[in-house]
Amino acid sequence: MPPAPKVPGLVKGLGVTLKTMGRTMFPARGIKTLIPAPSKGAATVQYPHEKETPAPRARGVIALKEENCTVCMLCARSCPDWCIYIEGHKETAPPRRPGGKPRTVNKLDRFDIDYALCMYCGICVEVCPFDALFWSPEYEYSELRLADLLHDKERLGEWMQAVPDFEPYEAGSEQKVRKVPR
Amino acid sequence: MSASALAIELAWWQQTVLRSVGMLVAVLIPAGTLVYVFLFKMMSFMQSRLGPMEAGPYGSMQLLAEVGKWIQKEDIVPWRADRRLFAMAPYIVVASVFLVLAAVPFGPDAWFTNLDVGIFYVLAVASISVIGILIAGWSSANKYSLLGGLRAAGQLIAYELPMVLAVVGVVIQAGTLNLQQIVAAQHEGEIFGIGAIGNPFIFTQLIGFFIFVVAMQAELAQAPFDMPIAESELVSGYMTEYSGMRFLLFFIAEFATAGAFAAVAATLFLGGWAVPGLPLDAGYMNVVGPIVVLVKIMLVAFLVFWVRFTYPRFREDQLQQLAWKILIPLSLVNILATMALKVAF
Repeated sequence: MPPAPKVPGLVKGLGVTLKTMGRTMFPARGIKTLIPAPSKGAATVQYPHEKETPAPRARGVIALKEENCTVCMLCARSCPDWCIYIEGHKETAPPRRPGGKPRTVNKLDRFDIDYALCMYCGICVEVCPFDALFWSPEYEYSELRLADLLHDKERLGEWMQAVPDFEPYEAGSEQKVRKVPR
Repeated sequence: MSASALAIELAWWQQTVLRSVGMLVAVLIPAGTLVYVFLFKMMSFMQSRLGPMEAGPYGSMQLLAEVGKWIQKEDIVPWRADRRLFAMAPYIVVASVFLVLAAVPFGPDAWFTNLDVGIFYVLAVASISVIGILIAGWSSANKYSLLGGLRAAGQLIAYELPMVLAVVGVVIQAGTLNLQQIVAAQHEGEIFGIGAIGNPFIFTQLIGFFIFVVAMQAELAQAPFDMPIAESELVSGYMTEYSGMRFLLFFIAEFATAGAFAAVAATLFLGGWAVPGLPLDAGYMNVVGPIVVLVKIMLVAFLVFWVRFTYPRFREDQLQQLAWKILIPLSLVNILATMALKVAF
């Protein structure tokens, strides 16, 4: 024989649902309490009509700072579902100081992220040693065609505008706050 | 509706057409109202959200949109399914709702049939849906459907008993099986010498009403008793393989049955279509009666859906224990007490 159900708990449960319904339907206080206004009382928003601002560190879309990328391929190799496509070539650049040797630099030809495959794990952002990948809270980039979800490096660069500054760590932290390259 | 309500003589086929239309209205109006008011809106408010808002003002046309969607969908029959039984099952379930509502009175002349054994007939035809559900589970050729169908059969048979026994108390008190006369008995009765509001049997048969509503919840397979559907373990129970129009029929049957059982509960315990203080045989009661019944349906259904949206699912053994070890003994005690008091007073 299982333990007998606790009746007061069952009644309490009914009270919780009823109270939530009352709070949703009649959110106002005072004399206006009697006017039902569920659209104010609900915890949700009606998305296409009104929008919530996402949290500053929300993982909406990955932005690319093209100048910082050295085509090291770390992000492409660490991506669990191989949705980053990178191509590059070497160029010679003038020496930093007069009289020095000309340098070889890697130039980015192609940097695509296929958001149809991306699972937003953020490993590429974590692994990037040169501050070229950032999380941006933008989330409205759905497309009618699957192929349009492949963002090229220009599109990924546009997301940089929405990248917020890193927030300071909690008091007493030794960690230096990183800066977002603008 | 009987022809005398209209005070004109109608040919038999005209009466039949009127009755068919009236029956469709009596089945679909409560079902649609229950789905919109409780499933769409009350459940959403209890979860602090708004529910459907786009189709029509406050999403009131959502149900029409859903029906349109389901009608367009392909009617898929599994390869190994028993095609004829598979196609037939939803109709059997829906037919049982129509048969139940056929005996429920909505006014002095607004009834479809006025059987002398009304409540006996109602309880008998309400069990037909079990057969439809069992057929649906068996013919789908799917292990989830089969398990769901078997669970549904076990549950519905277990809860049929307390439901019947709870009704017996009312029948003893009213002294009749005829639903029309049960309404009259409640209208004319009095409690402790006060007859102002009649004697709705919910006052004297409170235990019976409680047992009836719990058993009704189980018969409808609503949430604490939704073992047969149990979407987290059985996909959708006996409805798993159904799609399109046939799924829609199951869906309508679920909520129309809720409306039909609520109407029966309203007739047995809440005084039916009668309004205290108004005469029973007045002509205008044929118009007021259906509205009163609808309001009472909403009251009973509110209880059912409130419980549905609050509690999690029972385990199968707990569910059977509740029926056999608590509800049935309780209803037997209720019958004995009613008998004793009936003889004493």
